[in-house]
Amino acid sequence: MSDSKTNMVAPPEGVTGEGFFATKLNDVVGLARANSLWPLPFATSCCGIEFMATMASHYDLARFGSERVSFSPRQADMLMVMGTISKKMAPILRQVYEQMAEPRWVISVGACACSGGVFDTYSVLQGIDKVIPVDVYVPGCPPRPEQIVEGVMQLQELVKNESVRRRNSPEYKELLASYNL
Amino acid sequence: MALETAYIQEKLTQKFGNKVLNFAMNRDIFSFEATPDAIHEVIRTLKVDEDLNFHFLTDLCGVHYPDNDSQHLFAVVYHLHNWVENVRVRVTTYLTDENLEVNSITDLFLCSNWMERETFDFYGINFIGHPQLKRILNMEEMVSFPMRKEFPMEDSGRTDKDDRFFGRTAQNL
Amino acid sequence: MSDLLLLPEHRYAKIIEQTRNEDGSELSILNLGPTHPATHGIFQNILLMDGEKILDAEPTIGYIHRAFEKIAENRPFYQVNVLTDRMNYCSSPINNMAWWMTVEKLLEIDVPKRAQYLRVIVMELARIADHLICNSILGVDTGAYTGFLYVFQFREKIYEIYEEICGARLTTNMGRIGGFERDWSDVAFKKLDTFLTDFPVAWKEFENLFERNRIFIDRTVNVGPITAEKAMQYGLTGPNLRAAGIDYDVRKAQPYSSYEDFEFDVPVGKSGDTYDRFCVRNEEVWQSLSIIKQALAKLPEGPIHADVPDYYLPPKEDVYHNMESLIYHFKIVMGEVPVPVAEIYHAVEGGNGELGFYLVTDGSRTPYRLHFRRPCFIYYQAYTEMIKGGMLSDAIVILSSLNVIAGELDA
Repeated sequence: MSDSKTNMVAPPEGVTGEGFFATKLNDVVGLARANSLWPLPFATSCCGIEFMATMASHYDLARFGSERVSFSPRQADMLMVMGTISKKMAPILRQVYEQMAEPRWVISVGACACSGGVFDTYSVLQGIDKVIPVDVYVPGCPPRPEQIVEGVMQLQELVKNESVRRRNSPEYKELLASYNL
Repeated sequence: MALETAYIQEKLTQKFGNKVLNFAMNRDIFSFEATPDAIHEVIRTLKVDEDLNFHFLTDLCGVHYPDNDSQHLFAVVYHLHNWVENVRVRVTTYLTDENLEVNSITDLFLCSNWMERETFDFYGINFIGHPQLKRILNMEEMVSFPMRKEFPMEDSGRTDKDDRFFGRTAQNL
Repeated sequence: MSDLLLLPEHRYAKIIEQTRNEDGSELSILNLGPTHPATHGIFQNILLMDGEKILDAEPTIGYIHRAFEKIAENRPFYQVNVLTDRMNYCSSPINNMAWWMTVEKLLEIDVPKRAQYLRVIVMELARIADHLICNSILGVDTGAYTGFLYVFQFREKIYEIYEEICGARLTTNMGRIGGFERDWSDVAFKKLDTFLTDFPVAWKEFENLFERNRIFIDRTVNVGPITAEKAMQYGLTGPNLRAAGIDYDVRKAQPYSSYEDFEFDVPVGKSGDTYDRFCVRNEEVWQSLSIIKQALAKLPEGPIHADVPDYYLPPKEDVYHNMESLIYHFKIVMGEVPVPVAEIYHAVEGGNGELGFYLVTDGSRTPYRLHFRRPCFIYYQAYTEMIKGGMLSDAIVILSSLNVIAGELDA
């Protein structure tokens, strides 16, 4: 047991009283979701090895709530696409995204997933946002583990401030419709 | 007895005459050319003969030479290796555009199966007698052969690239 | 797309209709991949199964085909090095050095001894890193996660050494035509010394954890064996071939970059099963450590690169003060380097076997044809035969022990 002080997450704004704490539902739900994001590592190439380094003990991603890496899309919160996606692989990526349950977020890790990277060829998909909507882009070839952690932290900010009603809103439905989802 | 390149040349010319030609020591690998109708027998001799004993197929690939004469447009290059005597040899066979096919060597070397599929995928060279000649790396619905020189490298459906930054003008597009 | 949805016309569907076991059970089809937690990389296998036993398999690859060979035809020689990193990305310095050696063979450049010894050191470090991943992931697949976490710490130490040498962790892009871009700093040598002191202790613990472990032995002995004859037919090279009993190693057969100055053994297995592959890789790590120690002890002083101003970027101070250096710098960066017309084949011992580069040039600034002889692509053909007759969990363990890297498979 270490005796260093642990950093507790700051509680949301609210009214405290004797035995009760009143706050907004959005804030509580956002706090819970942000600190327990379970990733689905969709690791295809070199960025996958940097993800392995991020999950290992030196740059531990589990500190941020990603303790349980889920390979089943139905049980995962965020899809981390790491590595080059070729045109042959794109339908599979879409199937995996469709199988995820709401709320779901996507981080695109690495230059190949963000925009095709070095590989401007006939067989590589030039960015996964051609087939699925992306929330956070982490550039790098491959990005350092600290950058991947920064990407997850940015996503945590997004998740904390997201409205509970976002997934039913017309803007979100329009976004999904633009991808034919 | 060390395997001398002169011995390889002599043995092959004795058996195949003028179907094997252009013997040369190309940097550090002894290479020669064989005609497409004889290539299967040449490789079988190289493998099966006790003195030659080239029992390992290192590599099989294709090359496209659009600037050559019509008899030498496509090439299939085989690299063979004899581990006991530590000798490598390179055999090339040239194909024409109309008759883009050659006998498959899957009955001699099991590892040539996928290497021939890759060559078919990239160049469209038909390997006669191959058990499963279909595309391996690209999508099966693809119709063109991407490694030929006339096929463009870049994704033609790309909309977000500004041609001015890449030196592409209406003249040289 | 036709591989994705199993249409009723697939030949396995027909086989299932026609066969029926005596107890009334049916055969079944299982789609293993392309996204699967235990297949490290994306390749798909459609399996025909009788309960837990595998009867037939149909592999599909190409899900990460990035057209390296096409890109290499359009890039000057320096820029091709970036592509070679990304083939076997677990041991990228080996691929880099192999490319530089091919170009040096083409241009007939002699590299000074110091640069050759440093190349040997970095290639053996990369080999250790590759075997670290393979063996620890094999442990993870049999259920032992701790070995992976423990050993990955040392992969971080290797990454730190790479960072001192070239600035990058994983896709190193290190070296130049004729040597290295800068001499190694004192910090790099100090980190290397610390690594050589700490790592053998940890590796011994890792070996002790697995080699006599009852569960591990039950899961890996006699799983996926391959005979030496079949291995040669299927084009296996590297640790997979040596586990089957043949001691072919490119470092001994055709020594490159002063490997003939070092004494090392080539470990050989007996039956080619998973346990032998694991043990051969373990022993190769010890041999690599011994080579690094020998190279450090005998490291000569001298220039870090060959004296070829046509191909090696001059130092920046000279570029600002000297007219010739400015011209050379401009020509090299623009890719206008004089290259003869030739056909070269050069092979090195990569982490997985004989990694060969077949280069055809025509005197222009880019290669005319560059073909990579990728060991993973060639030996993955043997996978179908290795898993037939075994159980599904054995198929996973065999795949991990073969160390198939998807980047090298599809290129």
